[in-house]
Amino acid sequence: MGRYVLRRLLQLIPVFIGTTFLIYWLVWSLPGDPFSGKCGDRPCPDSYVAAMVEKFNFDDPLVVQYGKYMLNVLQGNFGETFRGLDVGELIGEAYPNTIRLALVALAIEAVIGLAAGVLTGLRGRGFLDNLVLVSTLFLISLPVFVTGFVLQITLGFELKWIKTTVSASPAPWEHLIVPGFVLGSLSMAYVTRLTRTSIAENKRADYVRTATAKGLRQRRVVGVHLLRNSAIPVVTFLGTDLGALMGGAIVTEGIFDIKGIGSLVYDGILGKEGVTVTGVVTLLVMVYLLSNLLVDLLYAVLDPRIRYD
Amino acid sequence: MRKPRWIAASVMPLALALTIAGCGGGSEDSGSNGNTGGSTGASDPDGALSAFGTEPENPLIPGNTTESGGSKVIRSLFTGLTRYDPVTGESKNAVAEKIDTTDSKVYTIKLKSGWKFHDGTPVKAKNFVDAWNFTAASPNGQQGASFFEQVQGYKDVHTEDPDGTAGPQKAPEPTAKEMSGLKVVDDSTFEVTLNAPFAVFPLKLGYNPFFPLPDSFFSDQKAFEAKPVGNGPFKFVSRKPNAEIVLTRNDDYAGDDKPKFKDLTFKIFESNEAAYTAIVGGDLDFLDTIPPTGIAGGKYKQDLEGRNGSTPYMGNQTLTFPYYDPTYANVDLRKALSLAINRQEIVDKIFDGTRIPADGWVNPAVPGYAKGQCGDLCTYNPEKAKEYLAKSGFKGTVKFSTNADGGHKDWMTATCNSIKNALGIECLYEPIPTFAETRQKINARQMNAIFRTGWIADYPSIENFLNQLYRTGASSNDGEYSNPKLDEILGRADSAPSVDEANKLYQEGERILAEDFPVIPLWNQTAQYGWSERLDGARLTSLRELDLTNVTVKKK
Repeated sequence: MGRYVLRRLLQLIPVFIGTTFLIYWLVWSLPGDPFSGKCGDRPCPDSYVAAMVEKFNFDDPLVVQYGKYMLNVLQGNFGETFRGLDVGELIGEAYPNTIRLALVALAIEAVIGLAAGVLTGLRGRGFLDNLVLVSTLFLISLPVFVTGFVLQITLGFELKWIKTTVSASPAPWEHLIVPGFVLGSLSMAYVTRLTRTSIAENKRADYVRTATAKGLRQRRVVGVHLLRNSAIPVVTFLGTDLGALMGGAIVTEGIFDIKGIGSLVYDGILGKEGVTVTGVVTLLVMVYLLSNLLVDLLYAVLDPRIRYD
Repeated sequence: MRKPRWIAASVMPLALALTIAGCGGGSEDSGSNGNTGGSTGASDPDGALSAFGTEPENPLIPGNTTESGGSKVIRSLFTGLTRYDPVTGESKNAVAEKIDTTDSKVYTIKLKSGWKFHDGTPVKAKNFVDAWNFTAASPNGQQGASFFEQVQGYKDVHTEDPDGTAGPQKAPEPTAKEMSGLKVVDDSTFEVTLNAPFAVFPLKLGYNPFFPLPDSFFSDQKAFEAKPVGNGPFKFVSRKPNAEIVLTRNDDYAGDDKPKFKDLTFKIFESNEAAYTAIVGGDLDFLDTIPPTGIAGGKYKQDLEGRNGSTPYMGNQTLTFPYYDPTYANVDLRKALSLAINRQEIVDKIFDGTRIPADGWVNPAVPGYAKGQCGDLCTYNPEKAKEYLAKSGFKGTVKFSTNADGGHKDWMTATCNSIKNALGIECLYEPIPTFAETRQKINARQMNAIFRTGWIADYPSIENFLNQLYRTGASSNDGEYSNPKLDEILGRADSAPSVDEANKLYQEGERILAEDFPVIPLWNQTAQYGWSERLDGARLTSLRELDLTNVTVKKK
């Protein structure tokens, strides 16, 4: 087990180098000159552009630029944006907000999704099942920005139950409930359907029949045997979804004005700021890989047949 | 016929805005006149106000800040030799006691006593001279450097890259560190010598690059960037990137335009739309730019009932012909296109009346503006347009282009359609994805279509709309237009003995534009803004900033 974890952690190193270089190269090859749009509707003076090019090593070849960047990153310095702000500080400011939002979304989709899935999976056909099927279908068909704006307008402007924008940073948890719901709504629908199918399928599995036949109480059959085995696909989904929620929060963050990484990446791409984009996305990749590792380890807990050695 | 009541209600803010902007230019005391909100209830002298902001593009140094996000902060932190009247845009002395000249070439500037930086050090003549030398020097790479090009000795501190920034060569090291035209006489007096007489020069002095810098800036620039020290009505408190910039009132402020509230926070929003929802929801106190979604159908007038305004500001929108492309070399074609654009209809249908059709190349809110400089060439007239087109013999496709990320598509296509319908020729709108790419193409002189240009005055003068835009080789002459006759008139205007005489000559220069038509004037901008229920007397200056001297915060 320990060796397996170590091996997986070591694998992160080449992935880290590969992704940072790829992202750096992608941003670098975007069309447009990063300094030409910085002076409004007038051209930037040559001396300004020259000073900026000098400061950000823009006249070096790509590999040299990347090398200089990596050397700084290894010393814990994420570099500076073209605006003269420290990228490490920006990330430190924005990440907690996005992580909070993603966690709220994950909690909402896990609790509501699992509950609805288990309930309908066990009950089988009926009014409740149909209701859940239709409502999840509805959620899946709605793009996130529609859900976002509809909730913002009805709950925020009309009913005044929530604040329309979450401008504070770090964002208070209670303000993130509705944005979290918006962000997690799509995945919530998937979790519901996944759980429902998985349970409905396993209900007829041999081990459930055996457990019932040897006289176990219904609660134990469902609670231990059925749920544990049905959880594997759902846990896989939730684990990978955490990364997707963080990366996919751009739209939700935009609607509710949450100071997360979404706008950081968006502005970074528009402004050709390789340093910002690389820093943010690399951390996203790390979160994604780590949550995957966690999911893999959970498999062994859920299914005794799986061992890592 | 009785007018429905809503018309009166919706016209009111406009009428009010017009009075505020004082279109005629007759100056009245700005403090007591044009109080939009009307002072109702008691105001809280220690109140806090949050205003919409965008992340400054550069570190907060006056000489390096020309875009609006940083400008708002800089202009709250600093006060220059002069400041512009929030209503009329007239230049008035602030730190300067008097600005004397006999020949418009040598200016003697005397400072008032009692002005202090936020760190307690006095504002001396040296602080201005050092700051100007710093900004002008090319190795410092400051955006505002070119504002000093008329000062004697500018060429010695600011060298040009011989083959442009893209070429392999670098700009040579400047031969001097200080401009020879700046001389400190004593602590409160300094002398500015220009290369040639320039009557409008004092009007520039209220703009960012002319602000003074404290001694601490020159000893530790990094520390200054982290915590800017100015001499203005507000002091810097803290800054959280992408979230907020917090300022507080400077109680030792020596100016007579003291703010009537205490804390000023610039809240930075992801988008105008998000800021709009915040101001409607009461989470933001002042928004200087209502987004297109709020303007469409006059929605903001319902959402922000009784707390919105509209005011013209010194900006216009134009279409520029690339002179380096032979397609548009014929002046009759250029005039035909101008005549074929139905400005009023586009303004009404696309902009909900929030633009004012242009009758010249200079914005009406600017001192020195003359009416109807475009003649009848800026009025929609399909018959005359066809005549000009026939004269030009042009057969082919007219192309328009601008950045796709700025919301220009609607009016660009409408302009195209107007031309198509009036002249019966093909017209295409070809957008370029981003603003940066568009700017790059324009700077590299690679545009093969008529492109959108916009200009917002840096300082209120007709000169700002001509010299930088239409002089041969001027910094923002994007179309490469050149006419020696115009250069000559502008040169004479610059060296005119008084501002009035200069303005007359500038107006004469503007009439040359009507002959050559290098640029089609489209419309002048107005700004729609809104405020929260907590504010009284909120209004926008003609430079499109919140008037910090007039606004008050209600007592809770």
